[in-house]
Formats: sequence, structure tokens, C-alpha cells
Amino acid sequence: MSIQLALDVNQISFSYGQTQALNQASLQVPEGGFVALLGANGAGKTTLFSIVTGLYSPQQGSVRVKGHALQTETLKALANMGVVFQRSTVDMDLSVLQNLRYAADLQGIPRKEAKLRIAEGIEQHELLGFEKRKIAALSGGQRRRVELARALLHRPALLLLDEPTVGLDLQSRSDFVAHVKSLCSDVGTGVLWATHLMDEVVSTDDVYILDKGQMIEHGTVNELVKKHEANDITGVFNALVGRSAK
Amino acid sequence: MTFSHAMLCLRGVVTREALRFVNQRGRFLSALVRPLVWLFIFAAGFRSVLGVSIIPPYETYVLYEEYIAPGLLGMILLFNGMQSSLSMVYDREMGSMRTLLVSPLPRWYLLLCKLLAGVSVAIVQAFVFMFIAWFWEVRPPLHGYFFLIPALLLAGLMLGALGLMLSSMIRQLENFAGVMNFVIFPMFFASSALYPLWRIRDSSEVLFWICTYNPFTYAVELIRFAIYGKFHVIAALVVSVCTLVFLAAAVIGYDPLRGFLSRKDGGGPPKK
Repeated sequence: MSIQLALDVNQISFSYGQTQALNQASLQVPEGGFVALLGANGAGKTTLFSIVTGLYSPQQGSVRVKGHALQTETLKALANMGVVFQRSTVDMDLSVLQNLRYAADLQGIPRKEAKLRIAEGIEQHELLGFEKRKIAALSGGQRRRVELARALLHRPALLLLDEPTVGLDLQSRSDFVAHVKSLCSDVGTGVLWATHLMDEVVSTDDVYILDKGQMIEHGTVNELVKKHEANDITGVFNALVGRSAK
Repeated sequence: MTFSHAMLCLRGVVTREALRFVNQRGRFLSALVRPLVWLFIFAAGFRSVLGVSIIPPYETYVLYEEYIAPGLLGMILLFNGMQSSLSMVYDREMGSMRTLLVSPLPRWYLLLCKLLAGVSVAIVQAFVFMFIAWFWEVRPPLHGYFFLIPALLLAGLMLGALGLMLSSMIRQLENFAGVMNFVIFPMFFASSALYPLWRIRDSSEVLFWICTYNPFTYAVELIRFAIYGKFHVIAALVVSVCTLVFLAAAVIGYDPLRGFLSRKDGGGPPKK
């Protein structure tokens, strides 16, 4: 039986002038699967996200989201995707509710349905009581949860998170990771989680390692640790990339 | 793209712009104070120096305040268009622009929504200005206010589209000061906003031709005629064509294949 893919990135390349940011990089995220993309700062993770979200166009290769080619079926591909960018993209001057309503309108969710989904999202992401509060008045962890609630409003098949825990304290980070992983098992959302923080992946997670724009390794954490005879994924990463991981 | 999705998106973008506008009272005040200062101080001071003869659409001599009112409405639209463009550059730097651009709607439509949202806010500002100006003896006929709406909309779309086009070319917020110096002020002063073109021709033939080729002149004339219930065909045509050209350039600018995002200097990875 073939695995249904939420995301299929096939041999994409991208360069900024003479600087090659991605070189024939490929990865797959199965539906309901959690895939971690590990890479040091500057490895090409954000460029890959910009391509997968249609902000940049790849110079080579292709991207399919739930079977829809991003280049030719752009709107269908985007409709199946929720994104939490590295930098906060919620509107600081607006309240939680106003931000979520705005996102629902952009996704074309009818008003009644949007009301229900927003209420559900607020409850699911522990934002009850904060609905009318401006984003600027929320903590970093709460803002990230608003972003996550917003990214999931239209119930996408694929959730992309680009270093979503940057700036969060340890407890908020681990809560956030656990919450996102529960989405894979409970809702069946495919998740691509880009990070340079090795403690965010566990032994059974499927991992891709990106370095200087190339996918240099792929497998579960257990498989990679065994293959490289390392103590943990940090050891694997250090051995492959040749620099210290956090 | 379905019709209902398109309408929901338009509602969302306009509501967001309106909420931001309401939250940023300083922006509203400064947008209003700027033309009022020109009306109260500049126009009062120059009333006796600058005589305006009878030129269309006027049927009699008018006060200088009345002459520059359409130019000041144009100023509101021009600054609002640039403000909108500034906020696009800011949104892009801060990241909130990404929310809009990854929505499952055609990019041209998303930009059009953004444009309409900005113009809606500018029209409200323009009418508040006209209300205050009424107490300053700027009293066009009542039906003029009705005709003013489409004229403001069209002129606002052109200037907003110009702002969008510029925002697609400006990579960083700090470069925006250049736009003020090289676009807004020359556009405003080299137009018929403050003085009739025949008067400019008396002083400088070159400046006259610059003013004649300035699209802002046509935006001002469109508004000037509309206030008196008249239609300036050439102005409407020029403004419409310029709107389409600027909007097309903005759409290309925001296209990941062809625009600034694909270029080396403009397409670097987002700042961290």
C-alpha cells in the first residue's frame, strides 16, 4: 500500500545570485506524520519553507501538497497548508479574536462556520479568556499558540512550522512540541517541523538533516544514531555537519 | 477562486485595515492635520498673492482655499497611498505580509483587496477633511459630494497602486525616506494641486510640461471637476490607465517568479 503524502518536495534547487541556498533537496511528509527538518542557522531551512509556501519559486524541482503541484495548482496546494513562520506574523495591534477572524476570511471560511472553528481553536490552544486581548499583550508562548490556532483554522492536511519555539522558555517549548505532535495522531495532520534545537526530536521521529542547502541524511532518530554510532541525535548532527549543535 | 471566498477575503482585509486605522489614532490625526494646515495657513497667506482666474470647472472667481481643496484631497490620497505602501514594506519586514501572500487566492486579487482597503480609509479621511473645510468657506454644491466618491475612489486606486508598486521595489524600511523625497513631494508640487497650469507655464515652460505629464495632476483635476458635478474625461482616462499600469507592475513585483523576490538583491532570505 502506497503512503499518502501531505508534502512531497522533489529535487528543488534555489540560489540567491551566486549563492546556492538549496541544491536538489528532497523530502516527504506522510499524512499524519511528524517530520523534523534539522539544520544549523543558514542551512537553507527558511528558504525551503519560502519555496514550499509559494513565496519563492524553485529554480529546479517540484513541490506537491496533498498531491497538488504548487507550481500549477497553487491555490489548491495553498488551501491544504497551514504555516507558522519563524517570525511572528500575527497582527500585534489586533486582538486574538480579530486575528483569527482575519485568517478565517482569508481562507474563505463562512462566518457561522468560522465562529465555531475559532471557538474550538481558542479552547484547543488554551486561549480561553484571552480572546479580546491584543497580541502585543500576550506572552511569547501564547502568541505562538495563536499562530498555531490560526494555521489550523482551515484544517489543513499539512502544517509547516519554521523554528516555532525560538524565544520560548523550556516549559513552553516542550508543551508546544507535545501539542503539535498530538495533532498528527489525533487529527491526522502531516507536520514538517524545522529546527536547530536537537532536544525537540525524540527517538522515533523521522528526521531530515539539511546542511549548506543539501539533504545529507534521512531516517528515524534511532536509525541515524545506530548508523553513525553516536550517543544521540546531537552526536549524529555534529558528526555530519561538523559543528556543535544546541 | 469562488465569489464567496473573494468577498470574505475582501471583508477581512478591509476590516483589518479599518481596525488598524481606528487603533492608530495618531495616523488619522496626522493625515487630517497635514491638509488642514495647508488650507488654514498656506491658503490664507497666499489668498491675496495668488489670484485664480475663471478656469473650468469654475464658473466664477473662487477663493484660493476653494481652488486648492481638490489638491489637498489629492494630498490625502497620495499620503495615504504611500502610508499604505510603507505599511506593506513594514508588514513584509515584520512578516505579517506572509499571512496574506500564502492565502489560497490569486496574488493579484490579494493585492487588489489591500488596495481597496487602503482607499476606503482614505475616502473617510477625505470626507472628514471636506466637513472641516466647509467651515472654512470651501462649500461645493451638495451633489458635488456625491460625485466626489467615485473620483476619490479612482484617484485613490491610482495612488494606492503606485504605492503598491513602490513597495514591491523597496526592500527595506529605511529606503522609504527616499520615496518621500523623490516621489511624494515632486508629485505634489509639480502638479495643478496648488496653482493652475497656466500660471506655471507663465513661469516655466519645462515645469509646465512636467506637470502635464504628472499623473497626480489628472487625479487632482478629476477630483476638482467631480466636486462641481462635472466629469473630466481625459483625467478619468489617464487615471484609469495609470491605475492599471501601476497595479500590473505591483503584481509582477510580488510574483515569486518574476518580481523582486526572485532577484538576488531583493530575494535574500528573510531577516532573522
